[in-house]
Amino acid sequence: MRRAIAALITTLAVAATATASAQEPRRGGTLVMGQSTGTTSFNNAVGSGTGIMVPGAQIFASPVMHDDKWNPKPYLAESWELSPDALSMTLHLRKDAIFHDGKPVTSEDVAFSILTIRDNHPFNTMLAPVERVDTPDATTAIIRLKHPHPALLYAMGPPLMPILPKHIYGDGRPIKTHPNNSRDVVGSGPFRLVEFKPGDQIVLERFDRFFIKDRPYLDRIILKTYPDSQTSILELEAGRLLLQPFFNRVLELDRAKANPQLVITNEGYAAVGGINWLLFNNKRKPFDDVRVRQAFAYAIDRDFIVKALHKGLSKVATGPIHSGFPQYSPDVTKYSLNLKKAEELLDAAGLKKGPDGIRLKVTCDYYPGDEDGQKRLAEYMKPALKRVGIEVEVRAPADFAAWAKRMATKDFDISMDAAFAWGDPVIGVNRTYLSTNIRPLVFTNNAQYENPRVDELLNAAGREPDEAKRKLLYGEFQKIVTADLPLFWLTELPYHTIYNKRVHNPPTTIWGTASPMLDVWLSDK
Amino acid sequence: MALILFLARRLFYAAILVIAVLILSFLLIRLAPGDPVDTLAGQMGGMTEEIRTDLRREYGLDKPTLAQLGIYLERFASGNLGYSYFFNLPVLSLILQRLPATLLLVLTALVAAVVSGTTLGVLASRRPNGLLSQFITVISVIGYSAPVFWTGMLLIILFASVLPILPVSGMTAAAVSGGWLLDSLDVAHHLVLPALSLAVVYLAQYSRLTRASMLDVLGSDYVRTARAKGLEERKVFFKHAFRNAVLPIITIVGLQFGNLLAGAIVVETVFNWPGLGRLAFDSVLRRDYPTLLGLLFFSSLLVIVANQLVDVCYRLADPRIKAS
Repeated sequence: MRRAIAALITTLAVAATATASAQEPRRGGTLVMGQSTGTTSFNNAVGSGTGIMVPGAQIFASPVMHDDKWNPKPYLAESWELSPDALSMTLHLRKDAIFHDGKPVTSEDVAFSILTIRDNHPFNTMLAPVERVDTPDATTAIIRLKHPHPALLYAMGPPLMPILPKHIYGDGRPIKTHPNNSRDVVGSGPFRLVEFKPGDQIVLERFDRFFIKDRPYLDRIILKTYPDSQTSILELEAGRLLLQPFFNRVLELDRAKANPQLVITNEGYAAVGGINWLLFNNKRKPFDDVRVRQAFAYAIDRDFIVKALHKGLSKVATGPIHSGFPQYSPDVTKYSLNLKKAEELLDAAGLKKGPDGIRLKVTCDYYPGDEDGQKRLAEYMKPALKRVGIEVEVRAPADFAAWAKRMATKDFDISMDAAFAWGDPVIGVNRTYLSTNIRPLVFTNNAQYENPRVDELLNAAGREPDEAKRKLLYGEFQKIVTADLPLFWLTELPYHTIYNKRVHNPPTTIWGTASPMLDVWLSDK
Repeated sequence: MALILFLARRLFYAAILVIAVLILSFLLIRLAPGDPVDTLAGQMGGMTEEIRTDLRREYGLDKPTLAQLGIYLERFASGNLGYSYFFNLPVLSLILQRLPATLLLVLTALVAAVVSGTTLGVLASRRPNGLLSQFITVISVIGYSAPVFWTGMLLIILFASVLPILPVSGMTAAAVSGGWLLDSLDVAHHLVLPALSLAVVYLAQYSRLTRASMLDVLGSDYVRTARAKGLEERKVFFKHAFRNAVLPIITIVGLQFGNLLAGAIVVETVFNWPGLGRLAFDSVLRRDYPTLLGLLFFSSLLVIVANQLVDVCYRLADPRIKAS
């Protein structure tokens, strides 16, 4: 008996150590990741999009990182401090960081990168207040601002502020078409580029002299392009693909959920902040009437969209700011399905039903390329709005360029649309609501919404260093736009990461896979 | 001498053809709504007007279309195919990087289709009403009427879920090189399904054509004469009949080379095969004019080369053509 107990204890102890060692991070292995949009460049100082940001964040290091609670963490900068007037941010850089070509990372490189991003990055509000960057010594960089700019702390994160080596990218050749953006890329991040076959695969190898000791765990990351979501699922099921980020096809997600070897998570997208909405052409009759826009909101059943069309994988968006953001406010005008109210509003706006029961005919466009977030919702508008006498004709765009043209020329009644906030409202939210951003371009204020108070609030909030006061300003902004309803928010996009159980510590910070994969490691099973 | 003259004339026509293809495609592409800078803006999640204007100037898109065409042709004449708007790589290197994948796919499919198609056709012609012949007819009709992408997708379902023995995506496994031999085997493994779905359509055509052509020839006088002379049936069949029956097949192979390239666009998209076809598909969506034009130039070049080869094959197969 005693022997049996001893044996049992030994077994348990062995089992316990086995479990413990299974959880112990391990060096080595190749992480095969999927991407749906092919990478065309690695230089995220002058371009955005997941195709650039995900590999870019592995190759280039940034001044700070962020955890999953929006807290900044040291990365290239060991510490930083904001002056009391909030007009200068001093970065104290690590002394031991080197680029992949062996040259040290200095404040010169930081200054060069910040100014390059300010002048070239598509998110032009991100660093617009930067006046200059002083470099009193090799490891100190002082960012001088024209006015306080609280978004700066997020703009210094991995997907948005790669530190480029000045000795390579500052050689006078135009930065946007610099040959080293896609070949012989040199950064100081945890991985270096060893192979790039456009549209096929990218091979990144561990940089052995990376400045953080014993990181990364992985030997290699291979990014494979799968333009078709079904192929990625098949490859995930076969165990050939280990991690697929930015995945938003609900049927395939549902299928992955059923697979015991795969895990799906929606963590790692907080700062991305993707929301889709129905855009009204506010300058075109009858959408210039707020009652008409509100009637649409009462006739659309967002719970149905989330539950049926998105299989519960998305979330109703209550306003212009993603609920994962610190500035989000739930205290807004809310809309839920109310057909009677919708009909009353339409009647009041003078849109009476004709003898055929139709009171209004509209065309509905959608941004192509996102089946579940866009196309199916545009198709849903047809039966949903029919119930209140609005006939919708879905105008399927041939491709992105065709849709972009309709948006730029404002040649639409209503359209499905989406945008990403990228870390701070100043970076990705303002552009849709500022009257100064009504431009003949896609992804601007295409509703052509004008409200002086909103302009005032957004501009004030962008410069408010006090986080609590800032929240109040954004709170009022959210209240006003949900009442004005220049566009109607439908869902927070169902972005998920699907990964094999062999992958441990999958990237779940606010930037997800668009931040360096330092802690990711692989086990055998 | 005659051959040199013949080739020189052909070369001259080919050059005119290529220029015509370029001008026509240049103008056609511009009929599509939207322009590359808008697409870039979309991919980047937004863009300012200043950047947009800069880019348009940089790419020469601010000039009138005809002026752009002039600049393009001038550059083309000096051997410069330009830079891709999206990859910032020279179009030539982008295409050369992908050309081997497409050639491998297309040639494998072509050889497979020609060899097995003619074999099946010949077999069918031996007993035109036999069971095998009927079976081949049925297979051919199915193969010919099924769209390439559909065949491809069915094969994917079969070999991904039901019988997972063949890879359904890409050209190589996501891994680093394992040496020359292992890499080739890996590529061959990935090649099976795309080549098969591309070959099926043409296999059907070639087997039908061979069967008809063989039946035609087998009924002709010289075959009867050969048989009357008491020649061995095998000799009659392969030496007298088949060599004559193969001419129409060569014609069709040459004519269809262009179709085969078009089919490759679909197959490459379905199977994620990193060749010219996928690049063409993506470039259309992105309005990447220089890349598209470069691709069209290369495709027309391939078709022209294929047709020249067909002419040479004619001369080999039928001495009478050489004489005339």
